[in-house]
Amino acid sequence: MSEVKKIATRDSYGNALVELAQNGADDLVVLDADLAGATKTGIFKKAYPDRHFNCGIAECNMVGVAAGLSTMGLVPFASSFAMFAAGRAFEQIRNSVGYPHLNVKIAATHGGISVGEDGASHQCCEDFALMRSIPGMVVMCPSDDVEAKAAVKAAYAYEGPVYVRFGRLAVPVFHDAAHFSFEIGKGEQLTEGNGVAIIATGLMVNEALIAAESLKAQGIHARVINICTIKPLDEELVLKAARECGKVITCEEHSIIGGLGEAVAALLSEKCPTRLRRVGVNDEFGHSGPAAALLKQFGLSAEHIEAVAKEMLNA
Amino acid sequence: MRFLTEELKFDLKKKACQVRMGIIESTHGAKAGHPGGSLSAAEMFTYLYNKELRVDPKAPRDPNRDRFVLSKGHTAPGLYAALAYRGFFPVADLPTLRHIDSYLQGHPNMNTVPGVDMSTGSLGQGISAAAGMAKGAKYLGKDINVYTLLGDGEIAEGEVWEAMLFAAHYHLDNFCMIVDLNGLQIDGRTCDVMNTAPVDEKAKAFGFHVVEINGHDFDEIERAFAEFHACTHKPTCILMHTTKGKGVSFMENQAGWHGKAPNDEEYKQAMGELNAAMAELEAAK
Repeated sequence: MSEVKKIATRDSYGNALVELAQNGADDLVVLDADLAGATKTGIFKKAYPDRHFNCGIAECNMVGVAAGLSTMGLVPFASSFAMFAAGRAFEQIRNSVGYPHLNVKIAATHGGISVGEDGASHQCCEDFALMRSIPGMVVMCPSDDVEAKAAVKAAYAYEGPVYVRFGRLAVPVFHDAAHFSFEIGKGEQLTEGNGVAIIATGLMVNEALIAAESLKAQGIHARVINICTIKPLDEELVLKAARECGKVITCEEHSIIGGLGEAVAALLSEKCPTRLRRVGVNDEFGHSGPAAALLKQFGLSAEHIEAVAKEMLNA
Repeated sequence: MRFLTEELKFDLKKKACQVRMGIIESTHGAKAGHPGGSLSAAEMFTYLYNKELRVDPKAPRDPNRDRFVLSKGHTAPGLYAALAYRGFFPVADLPTLRHIDSYLQGHPNMNTVPGVDMSTGSLGQGISAAAGMAKGAKYLGKDINVYTLLGDGEIAEGEVWEAMLFAAHYHLDNFCMIVDLNGLQIDGRTCDVMNTAPVDEKAKAFGFHVVEINGHDFDEIERAFAEFHACTHKPTCILMHTTKGKGVSFMENQAGWHGKAPNDEEYKQAMGELNAAMAELEAAK
């Protein structure tokens, strides 16, 4: 296998902002809270310094400022780490963005435990849960560079509040940009199979693909589904997979509480009761360490997905 | 410097009295709501919507209008009364405040109430949105002023000071924050609950041009806004000293009237006092 290109989706985010501005997004403005170098809005700042507003280390105010800017007809992308955007500024997002349904994009980087060495204080595994709970909020978590750039552009084009989570860690680019189309609310079936459905989001999609490859060698055909838009969920695609596969595994770099796993579980419980296992962070805090080692330790790996699939099939 | 003519001042005083009646009508109709801090800001609401803001009730979404954000969103009865008497929606609707399915939500909703520029209610958040509007106006090169009204209890919220840093950092001289220093909040006197004084020195230290006035005196309100318009390169903070519950004798300076509606008897007494005040104004003309 040739060397796979790896790019962190936070880099995709910064690059996509520049591409948007280059292609006529004159109403686009970008806000950051003293993390432009890390969130990669610094890439945009370098190209368009007058359209990048640093708000200092004050995320709550940044979200409110974004709300105000949007009422003036601008399209603000407000960025910080997921912990401080979705976490610290939750109520500002709920009351000043979600409730009035303003055209604000919360673009949060450093989601999940792959933040690595910074440890639990910075490893946000609760953002999907928090953002999903806000009425009218679109919640996305792209899986690689190609999808991340498309998600940023779709978020810009969409009229209304959007939360997008990006990662710190460089992850394999498995989508083919030349043959890729993206739509908010649409999932993507990546492999054929009726043995088990593996429904994943973010960097777990690539792990799911590796697991499916390994399972295939053992005669088990897994259907891998990529869910970038966690809300609104592509119910049709998930229900079809559940009906045709009979077993579902969800995979996310997020707490098993309140994220993709629970969204799928709720849907299936109501409309198509199906055996389900959730792969995610098991109601515990992370800790410091290299991202790759942490992902493995917390079971956010192809090996773990494969083991869960086999357990389900043998049960 | 602009000067209010006696005729205009008389008209404003009458309008402020009407706003007070609207506050009593709506909170009585709602059997809930916040009359105290609405009444203390009645002159400010009146002045803003009749003299200061460049707004048109026929075009409430005109992109080039001035903006007003009621950061102390619980005083919606005052804002609604000012908007209704200015012609944004029927005065007759005021008593539907807080009723189920009424567009007059308990706290301002920009998507249901004509003339409301930002949904507020969670304290400390309105000022951030207002700062964003002022920054947006500057960025777009538009001559738009943005005003926001806060309570003196509200400024205990840390976000208020984050927003003030932002407004000063970006030299938002089109941004005017007004703090209603009525000295009372839900749990009692502001100086006892959480002392925010001295607000003037704090605001100056945060980079604001500070004007301190009597919030019930139209000449002083006029002077404060004249200073705001003359001030360049920095935002303005108007500190207005007021009496909570002003205009209704039994509500004045009573923390208990922060968030309580008048019952039928109290309603009659309050309206009687306001009608008498209006008659006195007419007689003195």
